[in-house]
Amino acid sequence: MKRYIVKRLISIIPMLLGISIISFCVIHLAPGSPVDSSTTLNPKVSFEAREKLVIQYGLDKPLYVQYLSWLKKITTFDFGRSYIDGQKVINKIASRIPITLLINILSISIVLLIAIPIGVISAVREGSFCDRFLTVFVFVGFAIPGFWLALMLMSFFGITLGWLPIQGITSFDFDSLSIFGKFLDIGRHLIMPVFVSCFGSLAAMSRYMRSSMLEVLHKDYIKTARAKGLSENRVVYKHALRNALLPIITILGLSVPGLIGGSVIVESVFGIPGMGRLFFESVMGRDYPVIMAVLVIGALLTLLGNFLADISYLFADPRIRYEK
Amino acid sequence: MGITIKNHTRPLYITAALLLILTLSGCGRRVMPAIDHAEAGSPAYGDTIISASIGDATTLIPIVASDSASHDICGLVYNGLIRYDKDLNIIGELALNWDIEEEGRVIVFNLRRDVKWHDGLPFTAEDVKFTYEKLIDPKVRTPYSGDFLKIESLEIIDPYKIKVTYRQPFSPALSSWGMWIMPKHILENEDLNKTRFGRSPVGTGPYKFLSWKSGQRIDLVANDEYFKGRPYVDRYVYKIIPDTATMFLELQAEALDTMALTPLQYRRQTSSDFFKAAYNKFKYPSFGYAYLGYNLLNDKFKDKIVRQALNYAVNKEALIYGVLMGLGRVCTGPFVPESWAYDKQLKPSGYDPLKAKDMLAQAGWSDTDGDGVIEKDGEIFEFTILTNQGNDLRKRAVEIIQHQLGAIGIKVKIKVVEWSVFLTEFVNKKRFEAVLMGWGLSRDPDCFDIWHSSKAGKGEFNFISYKNARVDNLLVQGRHVFDQEARAEIYHEIQRILYDEQPYMFLWVADSLPVVHKRFKNVLPAPAGIGYNFIKWYVPKDQQKYQG
Repeated sequence: MKRYIVKRLISIIPMLLGISIISFCVIHLAPGSPVDSSTTLNPKVSFEAREKLVIQYGLDKPLYVQYLSWLKKITTFDFGRSYIDGQKVINKIASRIPITLLINILSISIVLLIAIPIGVISAVREGSFCDRFLTVFVFVGFAIPGFWLALMLMSFFGITLGWLPIQGITSFDFDSLSIFGKFLDIGRHLIMPVFVSCFGSLAAMSRYMRSSMLEVLHKDYIKTARAKGLSENRVVYKHALRNALLPIITILGLSVPGLIGGSVIVESVFGIPGMGRLFFESVMGRDYPVIMAVLVIGALLTLLGNFLADISYLFADPRIRYEK
Repeated sequence: MGITIKNHTRPLYITAALLLILTLSGCGRRVMPAIDHAEAGSPAYGDTIISASIGDATTLIPIVASDSASHDICGLVYNGLIRYDKDLNIIGELALNWDIEEEGRVIVFNLRRDVKWHDGLPFTAEDVKFTYEKLIDPKVRTPYSGDFLKIESLEIIDPYKIKVTYRQPFSPALSSWGMWIMPKHILENEDLNKTRFGRSPVGTGPYKFLSWKSGQRIDLVANDEYFKGRPYVDRYVYKIIPDTATMFLELQAEALDTMALTPLQYRRQTSSDFFKAAYNKFKYPSFGYAYLGYNLLNDKFKDKIVRQALNYAVNKEALIYGVLMGLGRVCTGPFVPESWAYDKQLKPSGYDPLKAKDMLAQAGWSDTDGDGVIEKDGEIFEFTILTNQGNDLRKRAVEIIQHQLGAIGIKVKIKVVEWSVFLTEFVNKKRFEAVLMGWGLSRDPDCFDIWHSSKAGKGEFNFISYKNARVDNLLVQGRHVFDQEARAEIYHEIQRILYDEQPYMFLWVADSLPVVHKRFKNVLPAPAGIGYNFIKWYVPKDQQKYQG
């Protein structure tokens, strides 16, 4: 058991290294450079001044030299400074993570709370009107473009009814509110973004749940349970649901990196200063240190998420043993 | 339904529902008392103006900042030695006045003695010298060193007098001293590439920096000690709203006081009674123009008659109508249309496809085989117009041009490319036949870098490879003469030559379309726009919306 965990952990290192090399090459091969976006074709910025900036950022050196100096710093957890504003990359990311994390944890919890019952109901009543209605409902959510739904909601709840703030995460007078007031204020700002990000992800989770539940319901041990004369509720919730939840663990494990990777669309439309926007802005500005940091952290979390999912199987499913 | 939710999850549902009800209730729309904003009232201190930008500022170190959001904020926090007034003439700001000596090689600035930094220390010539030294310091990541590297020496004569000597007379120099001045006493021992100062600036301007929440908003507060008098509006809030549709919704909810409209919003979406009662719309020419630039190394475009013919074949009025919904004007040269440098006598040559056909025939291009496409020596007239992605106006313009040139037998292909690729792979390497682009214009008309034949190298701004000895000469002269009337002569002549030679097909100058909430008074559009007298905008006491 311990050996397995250690082996898995060690195998993360070469994978991470490989991912970082590929990412580094790809983002540097993409046309354009950090000096471009802000300065090219600005008649006030002379050609010589731009060349000077290239040298300052070390972009004139061969790619492998740039990579090695980046790698050297990364081993001491120094992600460097942003090319765009000179701030420490780690601070930039730290300031963006909390809100993205909050929104994602809220949406994942809500999605689980809604999608699992939907999946179970659909499976138990397979083919019924209820099943079809729920299917249509979740696929509508899946098919509606998030930005459009967001704008419609903003227009209706923000302007027509005037109930909810349109964008941002805090009100204009946030600083003057009491602690409870601040809590409420953030809550009001989060309703629409969380709703939009949930609505779109219901489909995937509830369909997984439905098919996994259906599979289990056709197993022999369910027949046995029914034959024993157990109540339907006991069969469905005690015997079937527990087994049907196992694949959801894998999906949850895979969504760990998603926790810090905000949705560019939701964050842009609602004006939320989260990770999605940070990453988008840094790609547009070719801010290499920020892009690399986000990618590496994302890769690390993906690998860890997989690892955690595997480990949690141990506890959730007694049939699985990694020993020997 | 026969399905019960497991007991322990029930409280969660209830809490969630309660939370929803709690947050939704008691937050109905804040109803504004019905105030008639039509009353002009009398000037009063107070209130807040909320403005918005799609991008966050990057740094508030003025000599490093290069994006428009950072410039918006720096413009309120700092001052330059000079600035432009409402009619685009240079006037003193931190400099009281100046003398130009030795035929323009030397400028002596007399500085104001009543200026204080936001931390209370006096502003002196030391600060100017410090800013200059940082501008030319190779270790500082400033993109603006160009104009300042032409300086031979900068001497402090007394604490309020400095003498700047240039290697040779350089008239745009005066304009370049609009560069915002930084405080020496704070930055003396700081590394400008890393300092915290970029996020907590101290300037001399009408507003003091208050706070900056990354990606959300920047707050400024009026400077009581401002040397030109305290601004009337107490607070300036700069919201960052990355999505333009969201920004417009915020405007409709009156959560924004000012923003720039698109032509569509100006024409179609802001005519409701609510909008008319709440906002004033403005319209004036922006500082920039759109053009179709030909690669003059390409054989097709080497002949001046061909380029003139193309100019006759494109209906600019129709283009402005189709692309900008009529909110723009035809331009005939590369200067701000309202400025002294622009030759207002020069009329656009008009739309005349028949004449264009004749001229092309003169140049040897005609449809000999009756397939609707003109040719010369067996080669058909076909070229690709390249433009950048993300600018729908340009894309639409290219489509209209394609149609209009098609009508006289020229086959146009369109290629739209992502901005970085567009620049590095096509424009900088001169791998294009024609590009549709725009130039932003600075207040000074000097455009040496764009038109001088020495600036046609790889990655430089004369990427169309324009070469005209007379224009080269005039551009150099324009930099040496200080007298505005004499300079105007020079730039008028440049404009006439360029319009005759047509290295660019000059297309349009779009209108700036800002709206400002009606409670702000004294907003007076001028050639310089509306921002020039911002510190004089006010909200009468009974119309003020935000407290302290």
